Parts: sequence; C-alpha cells; structure tokens
Amino acid sequence: MAENVWILGIHMTKFGKHPDKDTVDLATEAAMGALNDAGVQMKDMGILAAGSLMGAGLGMGQSIQKQIGQTGIPVYNVANACATGATALRTAVMSVKAGESDYGLAVGVEKLAGAGLLAGGARKSDENVFTPSGRYGAVAPVDGRIGTETMPGVFAQIGMEYLHEHEYGGEQFELFARISEKNHAHSTLNPLAAYTKKMSLEEIMGDVMIAYPNTRPMCSANCDGAAAAVVVSDSVLKKLSKEQQSRAVKIAASILTTDPWEEACQVLPNVNTLTRNAAKQAYEQAGVGPEDLDLVELHDCFATAELVHYDNLGLCEPGGATDFFESGATWRDGKTPVNVSGGLESKGHPIAATGIANVWEICHHLRGEAGDRQIEGAKVGLAHVIGLGSACGVHILEKAA
Amino acid sequence: MAKQIPLVDYLVLGDAPHLVAHECASCGARFFDRRNACASCSGTKFKSVDVPTEGELKAYTIVSFAAPGVPVPFVAGVIDCGGTSVRANVINTDPDPEHVKLGMKVRLATNVVGTDDEGTEAIGFGFEPY
Ligand SMILES: [Zn+2]
Repeated sequence: MAENVWILGIHMTKFGKHPDKDTVDLATEAAMGALNDAGVQMKDMGILAAGSLMGAGLGMGQSIQKQIGQTGIPVYNVANACATGATALRTAVMSVKAGESDYGLAVGVEKLAGAGLLAGGARKSDENVFTPSGRYGAVAPVDGRIGTETMPGVFAQIGMEYLHEHEYGGEQFELFARISEKNHAHSTLNPLAAYTKKMSLEEIMGDVMIAYPNTRPMCSANCDGAAAAVVVSDSVLKKLSKEQQSRAVKIAASILTTDPWEEACQVLPNVNTLTRNAAKQAYEQAGVGPEDLDLVELHDCFATAELVHYDNLGLCEPGGATDFFESGATWRDGKTPVNVSGGLESKGHPIAATGIANVWEICHHLRGEAGDRQIEGAKVGLAHVIGLGSACGVHILEKAA
Repeated sequence: MAKQIPLVDYLVLGDAPHLVAHECASCGARFFDRRNACASCSGTKFKSVDVPTEGELKAYTIVSFAAPGVPVPFVAGVIDCGGTSVRANVINTDPDPEHVKLGMKVRLATNVVGTDDEGTEAIGFGFEPY
C-alpha cells in the first residue's frame, strides 16, 4: 500500500493584473510562498513539476530553479490545457507516492491579463485557389462556418445540451445568469480574486453578450496569477513539528482522467463523462461520498459549465442540477457550497495556476484560515478542473485529524 | 454554372447534398475527419456512410464575439441526425432565442462560402428549421 501524501504548504498570488511582473516572478512568488508556508526549503525538494500553458516548451520549471535554487532535481514541465495545474500537482504526488521523493513542489503560472478571446484564432484570408487541406479536407477556415471553436460558445452548448436532456421549465438565460450572480457575490469576500464586485442579475444579463447564454461576467476572467504547493509523504510528515502536522492537509484522492470515446464526443467536447469517471474514482479512493463534502471548487470556466458539473460530481440527483441550484444548495450558506472563492468567473482563470489555486482555496478552509469567507467546521473538500481536449483533475482534501 | 467545390470533404454536393462519415467496420463508430484508426475500438477498417439530412437541434449557442474575420452573430449547434451527431451552424433563421429552440427539427441546406480566383465556388452547409 502506497503512502498517503499531504499538502504541507500552499500559496497563491493575488489574481489580477501584474504588469510589472513576468511569469517567472509570479511563479517564484508562489513557489517561495508555498515553501515558506510549509516550513521547508528548496534543497529539501525531490521533484519539481511546473506548468505554464502559454509558455509551454520554455522550461518554466528550470526558470523557477534558476531563481530559487538549482538543486539538480528532476523537473517535469507539464501541459494539459486548463487542467495543467492539477496535472503538475498530481505529478508531484505520484513521485512521493512512488517513494522516489520525500517532498515535491508543484507550480502553475499564467499571464493572461488583456488577452482576448481564447481559441479560434484569427481567420486567415481565404486562399486564391481553393485547395482541400487538413483532416477535413477544408478549402477555407471552418470556425464560424461549421459551428464555433470559441470557448464561450463551446461551453454554452454544453450547458444548453444539459437543458435539452433534462427539461427545464424556467427561463434558460436567467438560470445561468443566476449561477454567475452567486459566484460574483461570493467573490466579495475573497481579497485575492481578480474581481470582487457584487453584480445584480440585471447587470449580468444586461452585460455584453459573448455567446448566448453567456454574457461577459458569465465567462472566466483572463488574468495573471500563480499558485504552488509543497507535498510530503506520510512518514516524513510524522517527523515534522506539531504545527506542521496540524496544518497539513491530507490528499485523500488525486485523480486525472481523459475523455473516453462515445458518440458525439469529437463533434462537441464531452466534459461530462471524464468528470463523472474522475469523481467516482476520487470518492472511492478517499472513502467519502458527495454528501460528506463541506465545500467544492469546480471548474466554472463559464456559468453554463458550472451547472453540468453539479450533476457530474454527484452533488445532486442524476438530472437534477437545476433543482439543486434553485434550492440554494450551492450558495455559501447552502448544503454544498460551490465556488466560495468566487470561481473562475470572478476570482479569475490564469490557466495553469487554476488547478492549484482551487486546491489552495479548499486547504484554506480546512485549516480554518479563510477569514471572512471561512466555511465553519470544514473537514472535507473537493477541487475539480477540466482542460478541454480533454483532461479532468479531481482532488479530495481532508483536514488533519 | 460556376464550378463548385465542397467546403469540407465530408460534404457531398449534387442533386441531393448530404454528409458522409467514416464508419468503423468493427464497432460502428462514426467520424468526419481523416482517420488513422478508430478512437472507440482501435480498428483500422472503415466504410463510407451517408448521414441523414434531417435531424433535431440538441445544443446551440449564438456567438456574438468570434475571431477576427468571422461574421457575427451566428448560431452554432449540434444536430442529432438519426443517431449521428453533426456540428453545424443553424442558418436561414434569425439568430435569437425566439427563433432557435432546443429540440427543433432542422434539415441540411447549402450556401456559397466564397469564390476563388478561378471562379470556383466553395459550398458550405448548415441546418435550417422546417
Ligand atoms: Zn471502432
């Protein structure tokens, strides 16, 4: 039986605009913050896993080492779309679990402030003489002609598909806008969020439409930020101080899945099945069920995505996501608070940092250090991310006994 | 009449325009792109099958912000054509939620996407309500 792995230290930077810092500045701030929080040093680390999606291929891990300690340890530079941070964390966890390292450091960083719409890319002018090319033998760009490749549009369809499969009597646009209203309300208590302004339903619905039913505040906010975590093995933790032991958070489950083939999955990405599979494996590994969760941070890259993940993570009855939301269960005073950080819609979504920042939020509550937004008595929490393509990371975290 | 070429190779033009899919000979999984093998069963034999031209809209969005050069607004969606899901725009209707409804019946229609220097027209497709 492999050892349990614990989060010993974890840190996230303020999300938002950091015009005077580059990705290495942000990554080192997070990494040094996590080491400091853990009470250990770079020379103790046996592995470093790092992700920076926009800078993939540039060796973010080695760049971090060159600022804070070139100790010669193995570096894994990972990329898995929006699940990059969770993948870095899982890589460090695997190394410790395998007994190859006593301590591991995982870092995710991104600079996106001011970045426009993600994906799709500029359409090139049409060719002078039509010549079929690519896997669909296309003679001209297909984005906008055969569906959409924009993220807000893809995830809008994912939310609408849910309402088609599970009939909803209410107003569709308003339903999704109310999910966004919740997350923006939650963000007012999070000083590290990129946007902390409460927004009324009217303001959300009246804002710029990006891809119906997602208006601008219903989309994840492009911003800069980094997050990092130090993980440690059970046996090493036992030799550390009482304070370190009491603040350590148990990684009760660390799961990564990809999307299994099913009809339509190459037509519209299916973010459901891989999340369901990850959740099922995570609950089994942790020995807990959705009813045991005191809080959940899930991947609300768009308001339309949050709805489907209530169902995918088993937080509600199958097919019952709309009723579940309308019961108030996912507000911070509800049965299963979801995205009390403000979620990606207000906290922000610096892609590779997100998968560790979500874990940071859960740890903060389990340690009882979340200040004004503390979920009282939180003992178990779940962090979920989806990277389109697709990859899903789920971590279940438990307060130290 | 101008010479025509389909926007993508899985659109067949002529008197009865329709889409064709690569169907895995072992498991029946269908794909529209060039295949190396089957994502469902890893089989390597495929046959070409016609996809029904009528279907039901099972998901959609109305895109108002797109990459530079893409005209907006437009309706993007997924159509269930007798069990085969197809990605397409919903065309020949107003792009608003009053005219586009989940579950509505739609059928394949073609449109001219552009003309090249030799006068060849590229023909695309979408699905229109009926
Ligand atoms: Zn097959």
